[in-house]
Amino acid sequence: MLAVATPMPRRLPPVVDSSAVRGSAGLAVEATGIVKRYGEVTALDGLDLAVPAGTVLGLLGPNGAGKTTAVSVLTTLIKPDSGRALVAGVDVVAEPQRVRALIGLSGQYAAVDEHLTATENLEMIGCLYGMRRREARKRADDLIERFRLTDAANRPLKTFSGGMRRRIDLAGALLADPPVLFLDEPTTGLDPRSRGELWDAIRDRVAGGTTVVLTTQYLEEADQLANEIVVIDHGRAIARGTSQELKRHVGGEHLDVHLARPGDIPRVEALVASVATGAVRVVVDEALVSVPVARGVDALASVLNEVRANNIEVVDIGLRRPTLDDVFMELTGHAAEESETNEATS
Amino acid sequence: MSVVRDAATIARRNMIRIRRVPEVMVFVLVQPLMFVLLFAYVFGGSIDIPGGSYREFLIAGIFAQTVVFGATFTASGLAEDVQKGLINRFRSLPMSRSAVVAGRTASDVVYNALSVVIMSAAGLAVGWRIRGSVLDAVVAYALLLFFSYSFSWVMACLGLMVPTPEVVNNATFIVLFPMTFIANTFVPSDNLPGILRTIAEWNPVSTLTHAVRVRFGNLPAGTPEPTSWPLQNAMLYSLAWAVLLIVVFAPIATRLYQRTDKR
Repeated sequence: MLAVATPMPRRLPPVVDSSAVRGSAGLAVEATGIVKRYGEVTALDGLDLAVPAGTVLGLLGPNGAGKTTAVSVLTTLIKPDSGRALVAGVDVVAEPQRVRALIGLSGQYAAVDEHLTATENLEMIGCLYGMRRREARKRADDLIERFRLTDAANRPLKTFSGGMRRRIDLAGALLADPPVLFLDEPTTGLDPRSRGELWDAIRDRVAGGTTVVLTTQYLEEADQLANEIVVIDHGRAIARGTSQELKRHVGGEHLDVHLARPGDIPRVEALVASVATGAVRVVVDEALVSVPVARGVDALASVLNEVRANNIEVVDIGLRRPTLDDVFMELTGHAAEESETNEATS
Repeated sequence: MSVVRDAATIARRNMIRIRRVPEVMVFVLVQPLMFVLLFAYVFGGSIDIPGGSYREFLIAGIFAQTVVFGATFTASGLAEDVQKGLINRFRSLPMSRSAVVAGRTASDVVYNALSVVIMSAAGLAVGWRIRGSVLDAVVAYALLLFFSYSFSWVMACLGLMVPTPEVVNNATFIVLFPMTFIANTFVPSDNLPGILRTIAEWNPVSTLTHAVRVRFGNLPAGTPEPTSWPLQNAMLYSLAWAVLLIVVFAPIATRLYQRTDKR
C-alpha cells in the first residue's frame, strides 16, 4: 500500500488524511528551478525534481555535482537563491518547521553523537521530534532490535563499526516514521554486507509507503533501490528515467575485454575501434577495455580472432547489457567515480 | 513551552557527555583545582596583601577567572557539534530554533558550578574561608554563575563562527588571558601602573571579582574604599554587563545557529 504514514504531530494538528501530506498529483517532493550559488560557484543551476509518493528517487552524480546541496535545500538546511520546492506539499522556504515534522534525514553530515549510546541518541532524536520520553524510548528500542543492535544498545557509538553507526544514523531518520526520507549517500564507505543490510532496511520502509530521496555515487545502489534516477552534473539534471530507460538510452550491448597485462591496453583499444558504436572506456587498474557494439555476437567473434592473431593474452571476454556506469560515461564524458572534483559544492 | 523542553533535551545530552569525555573532566575539575593549588603555593609566599592573607584574597580571583574561561566550553562544544554534523541533524528536526544554544549555555552552567564546587573545596583546604553570611555567599556564587552564563552566549556566537573547534582555544586565549589578568583577580588593582589600572577598574572581571570578594568577606580589614565608580558599584556594574551580553548576543547566536551549514 502506498498510504503515507502519519507523522508525529508537533505543534500542528495531526495529519490523518494521507493525501494531505502529498503535493499536487500525488507528488511527495516537487522542486522547480532550484538555484543555489556560493559566491562564484553555482552548486545548483535550475534543478527540477518530481518524486511520486511511495517511490524512491535516486540522485546520481559525482562529488561536487550538487547532490548534497539539493538534499540540503529540500530538508530546509539551506535556502535556495531561487526556485520553489515542496515536500509533502509544504513549501520548504515558507514553512520550514512544518516540513521538518514530515521528513527524516540521514547522511554523511547529519550525524549522531559518538559519546552517547545508541539508545540515548535515538531517544534524544525522538524527544526533539516532540515525542514524550517514554514513547521515544520505546521506538528507539524497537528500531535497535530491528537493526539487530540490541547487544550494543548501551555502548557509546564511538565503539561502533562504520556499518553499525550508519544503521543508527538511519534509525534516527526513521524514528518518527516520517512520510519522506532523505538519505544522503547512506552507504558510502561501507562493506558490501553492511550495504546490503541498509538496502533491505530502506526497501522495508518503501514497502510501507515511505517516499525516499537517495543520493549516491554508486550506480549499483541506484540500480538496486531507485524507481527513478536523476543524473546530476554541475548542479543540473542531465538525464532522468528508470534504470532500464537510462540503459536503453545508451543502447545495445557492451563488449568487455579483460586483459592479463595493462600494457596491452593501447593495442586492444585500436582493435575494438572497428566494431565500436560509441566511446571506448578504459579502466587501467582492472586492465579492462569496454566498448558499446551493435551486432554483439559478430563483434565478439571478430575481436576475439584479432586478439588471438596478435597474441594478446585475455583473461575474460564477453558481452553484457549496459550498466549505469556506461550511462554516466555516455552522459557526462567522465566516469562516475573518477571525477573527484572540488568538494565545495557537495 | 517547546523551547524549554527541547533545551532540556539538549542539556541532558550534554550532561551525559561530561561522564564520557575525559577531556571535559580534566577541564572542568582538574584544571581549576590545579589553579587554586598553584597560585596558593607558588605566588602565595611572594605576594603580600596588607592586613590579610594572599590565599584569602586570591580565591575570588581564581573563581572569576575560571568561570570566564569555563564559558569557552560553550564555544568549543558548539564548534564540535557543527563539525561533527550534529547541528545539521538538529536543524533538520522540528525542534525550537533557539533550543540547541539555550540548552548548551544552560548545561555549561552546570559544568561551571562543578568547577566552583571543586575550587571551593580546594580553597577551604588551603585556608580560604567564607567570612560573610550564608546569604552573602549564595549571592556571590549566583553572581559568578550568572556572569559565566551570560559570557557563554558570547562564546556561543564564536563557536558557531569558527571553522574548527581547535580555533576556539587560540581565539579565546589571546583575549581572555589579558582580560582576566589586567584586573584585580591576582593582585590589587591599586598597584597597577597608569592606564592598566584604569582598564582594570572598568574591566567587568575586576568588578565580578571585587563583588564576590566583598560578599565572601575576603577583603582584609582596613582596605580603603575603591575610588573608581565600577568598583564602588561592583555588583550592579557586573550584573549590568551580564544582562547586556545576553541581550546582545543571545539573538545573534540564535541567528547564527539557523544559518549554520556544515559543508
